[in-house]
Amino acid sequence: MNAVYGLFAGLSALLLVVAGFAVVTRRHFAAVVGFTAFGLLLSLAWVALAAPDVALTEAAVGGGVTGVLLLSASVQMRAKMEVLPSWGVRFIAAVLAAIVTAGLMLVVLMLPDEAPTLAPAAKESLAFTGMGNPATAVLMAYRALDTMLEKVVLLLALVAVWSLGRDHFWGGRPDFDFSTQTSGPLLLLARVLVPVGVLVGIYLFWVGADEPGGAFAGGALIAAMGLLAFFAGVARPPLVGSGWLRWAVVAGIAVFLIVGFGGFWGAGDFLAYPDGLAKPVIVVIEVAMTLSIALTLVLLVVGPPGRRP
Amino acid sequence: MSSAALLILVLTLPVAGILLVVVGGGRQARGISLAVLVGNFAVAVGIGGAVCRTGRAVTYSSGGWTAPLGIQLRADGLSVVMLITAAVVALAVGVYAPNEFAVRRGGVETRRSLAFWSLLLAVSCAMNAIFLGNDFFNLYVALELLTFAAVPLVCLTGTRATLEAALRYLLFALTGSALYLLGVALLYGNYGTLDITKLSGLVRYEPGMPLWVAVALMTSGLAAKTALFPLHLWLPPAHGGAPPSASALLSALVVKGSFFLTVRLWFDTVPGQAGMRTGQLLGAMGAGAIVVGGVLALKQERLKLLIAYSTVAQIGYLFLMFPLAGHVGALSGGMLQAAAHAFAKASMFLGAGLMAEVAGSDRLDGLRGMGRALPLTTCAFVLAALSLVGVPPTGGFMAKWQLLSAAFSAGQWWWVVVILCGGLLAGGYMFRAVRPTLVEGIQPAAAIPRLREWVVLALAVCALLLGGFSKKVLELLDIGRPQITEMRP
Amino acid sequence: MSEIFGFTAACLVGLGLYGLIVHSSALRKILSFNVLGSGIFLLLGVIARRGAAAGLVADPVPQALVITGIVVAFSATALGVALIRRLDEDDEEEGEP
Repeated sequence: MNAVYGLFAGLSALLLVVAGFAVVTRRHFAAVVGFTAFGLLLSLAWVALAAPDVALTEAAVGGGVTGVLLLSASVQMRAKMEVLPSWGVRFIAAVLAAIVTAGLMLVVLMLPDEAPTLAPAAKESLAFTGMGNPATAVLMAYRALDTMLEKVVLLLALVAVWSLGRDHFWGGRPDFDFSTQTSGPLLLLARVLVPVGVLVGIYLFWVGADEPGGAFAGGALIAAMGLLAFFAGVARPPLVGSGWLRWAVVAGIAVFLIVGFGGFWGAGDFLAYPDGLAKPVIVVIEVAMTLSIALTLVLLVVGPPGRRP
Repeated sequence: MSSAALLILVLTLPVAGILLVVVGGGRQARGISLAVLVGNFAVAVGIGGAVCRTGRAVTYSSGGWTAPLGIQLRADGLSVVMLITAAVVALAVGVYAPNEFAVRRGGVETRRSLAFWSLLLAVSCAMNAIFLGNDFFNLYVALELLTFAAVPLVCLTGTRATLEAALRYLLFALTGSALYLLGVALLYGNYGTLDITKLSGLVRYEPGMPLWVAVALMTSGLAAKTALFPLHLWLPPAHGGAPPSASALLSALVVKGSFFLTVRLWFDTVPGQAGMRTGQLLGAMGAGAIVVGGVLALKQERLKLLIAYSTVAQIGYLFLMFPLAGHVGALSGGMLQAAAHAFAKASMFLGAGLMAEVAGSDRLDGLRGMGRALPLTTCAFVLAALSLVGVPPTGGFMAKWQLLSAAFSAGQWWWVVVILCGGLLAGGYMFRAVRPTLVEGIQPAAAIPRLREWVVLALAVCALLLGGFSKKVLELLDIGRPQITEMRP
Repeated sequence: MSEIFGFTAACLVGLGLYGLIVHSSALRKILSFNVLGSGIFLLLGVIARRGAAAGLVADPVPQALVITGIVVAFSATALGVALIRRLDEDDEEEGEP
């Protein structure tokens, strides 16, 4: 027990050191690298907290895709250093942050001894959904409305990012082409790793119904493979104006809506699943969702169109 | 489908619209969006009918999963008033939206056409989700949807100033929603549910420090998103710099989203329990907004910035309802103000857009002769200004009247002083905005389609009518209120 | 035992807030926002772990909220970075005569 506790304490300390470094260092590039390491460490904490689904999502998104995204912004300012405000401002900020931290610690200590939980309720209905993984049941059944709205958020973010392009590039490709600087090893890595990664991504999504995984973790992994392929120059970002692309980014939400309204007819409620058919229906939604998520994540990272169509 | 299913319809209709716009490209965007917005308005009215008919809130649990495991949607009087207001404003903006966002038949999709129409529908969707949400995490997702729709609207033109304003707005909004989410996490940790109805029952018996930390975090996050003084710095450049159709959405609707959640938190989740001091603090910030926003509005030389600072000031009135909570007129005054301001401000921003199109800029000294060049718009402008100042019988007057009577019955005379001062300031800055339009002058000839002028006028008339029908609206607002608000002495 | 991560979460929130206040560059503010967000998610993770019951090792509801939250935070980061990149490009263009 003590060894586990020591392990947790060590992990916590490490997390704080790395996060602290990422926040306070004056070098932008170092901060981003630190943050990526933080994301990977954080997924270990999620494992420790018995949340393997979150751990996978955090590793793929927090450490992986977010890292690439922040790196892409920091490369341009690699040489620049952060200009920090006077020590007085920093001191006040530190005091404020310390007060919030202390208050939160107090509140953490005051959390009720008998933690209120929805675990029994979630477990009870699990059989009906046909899922073995309770987190997936929450995402795809009990709180499916959240998941649908969140996919709209993702789509909106894409529209928002696209809207930041320039008018004369509209319909063109994002400017994310590294084919001129490709090195042999990277090319090899892309050729070997991409197919394997995509397969693992599909596997993750597939087992998500019963084991840790799910559409988001799977989609994020496939997205990372797509980005690797762009980096290595073995593939090019698509034209934002292309028809197939538009269909693919909306597919997840579209299937959600269709199933949702089908629920009225089949089970009497929006997003209700008919008896015994819950699992196959959820899998259908997840297939479309994984596709849309993977594509949207890639497009969010590569940014708005930057070349003439 | 029962009438409760309308709640789902009003959420999903704009979503379907967004999908069609993205797939169909910007070419059909305008037609699709207008059809969806008309449908959205019809469904909102349908929900209003259902709530009025039954005399109580309509609820719907998605997927048949009831709270606390599932998510409940709930339409009460507050929801209905705001749903219809938002639907009218969104439709008006859609009809008004100038040709730069439309693509002619057979033409090529442009960046703006795709972005504007999908963002307009997304604002509509997010507002509906906020007005109907009864689960604090579901509301968090809705709030973020609103942010992602609002931020790019600020910088649709792509100029450097608007890009900077958008980035600043995004950072404020993200910090705000992070604080809100932190509060939500604490609520779940302490009560094991995020359903507002369930929470309101639980907190009555188990209040405590964690609850107040959660409420404080959520409130400060929401205040930052609502641009409550002194967290208002992001608003004027964002609302003043955006294209007029976008400014109208941002000022009339978007800031009301986070405000509405604050009302849900204080009046529905912890009604009658909030300490006197916290309420006074929020009220004081509102008072600061009224005074500072008013004074800064007086100093502006550009019409759109003046209107944006007026939004800062008018948001202040919304927060006067918190120190007066529990007194008749506080809640209804705040909600009437939210609706009246939405109509008047949308009308003003859209009208300012037309004037700027004619005059070539929105400088106040360049607006002479506008009364002759754009008579309908100028007339709407005057009407909207009267409502914002609070002249009877407009909706703005009724709102301020309700707040005044609440302040009297609470014996908190200082808010009376604030409201009267705010009225004087508003009179001053609105006079500055209106005067040049009524002075003789020559404007270059510009072909403004009559329809766009009528839209501006229609919105101003809505602000006026809200005053005339305020008794009906007040009755509607009362439907589905938890009993406890009236129980408080 | 999961309390230790609760304290870590509180510290991460503090760190994120500190970064949001002191940094002038938007990129660093976005990064700090992500640290702040991670703190909040971790707190939800602790709450989930404490809610272990009925044979489940954790309450799946807060865990699902975190997964949704990560997606939203990522979307926000993407939008922020896109704005930063666009402003940087504009700077470069202005720099070249």
